Amino acid sequence: MLLALAATALVALALLSDLILPRLGAAWARHRARRRRTAPIVYDPGRELRAEQRARALLRSCVNEEDWAMYRDLGFIRVWGAQARRFAEGGRVKDPPYAYLIYPHRPILAYVPQTNRLLNEYCVAFPDQTAPYGSELLPDSDDVLAKWMALTGDERRVISSANMHLPGRQLDPAQVTRDLWRLTQWERGRLRNAGGSQLSTNIDPGS
Amino acid sequence: MKPGHGEVLLAAGDVDVAEDEQLLIEEFRRQLDAGLWAAVPTTGYEGKRQAQMIHSFDDIPRDAERVIFFPRAAGGR
Repeated sequence: MLLALAATALVALALLSDLILPRLGAAWARHRARRRRTAPIVYDPGRELRAEQRARALLRSCVNEEDWAMYRDLGFIRVWGAQARRFAEGGRVKDPPYAYLIYPHRPILAYVPQTNRLLNEYCVAFPDQTAPYGSELLPDSDDVLAKWMALTGDERRVISSANMHLPGRQLDPAQVTRDLWRLTQWERGRLRNAGGSQLSTNIDPGS
Repeated sequence: MKPGHGEVLLAAGDVDVAEDEQLLIEEFRRQLDAGLWAAVPTTGYEGKRQAQMIHSFDDIPRDAERVIFFPRAAGGR
């Protein structure tokens, strides 16, 4: 009787081994994985700051001194529309028909410089195509530089890539109006300073 | 420009040296194949700074100090 039971148990064990052994193996692997020490993720709090500093240096080396000063002092850059730039090169038209404001990680805003009327918001991003599940953002100044290069290099292409919206979708029109007022004041200040320094330069040699 | 990192030097060399030029061409193609846009900052009318978008290695002005690669623009939210 005992022998028959033992034989039955052995046969049953042999038959079930195909089911039991893989589960035992997986359980053992899980146990080992839990016990394995993983290297702690080292967070570098200075990485983004250093990236932004490099980005600012790069931006400064690429754009005009006036554009750099505008970004440093006001936090955005104005770019004249391509049509305005073409006219300026021909030296025919003084009043550019439209311009853009570039903010970091905000839409590009088109407006009429003569009236400060806001035209459109162009939502554009520069995602890392090599990262399949989304990517980190460019540093602020790199985002501004990318927009600046794209606008001054191939305005039509970047504008056609962007999603266009009416003003006010992301950028507060009141804030933009204040920014345009700040820009006007800032430019007047620079003109005054330039005039003053030119005046003093003219006076100094003779005095 | 690399998201999360900022500026990263990919390759450097003298285009008048054949080996360097080949290295630069290969890197240039690699970046464009990865979907990046390339631009060279230039000086235009009355010293105004602007960018020139580069579509092939031959487009790069011979006196260009650098070519900047940045992610392709896409419609944002």
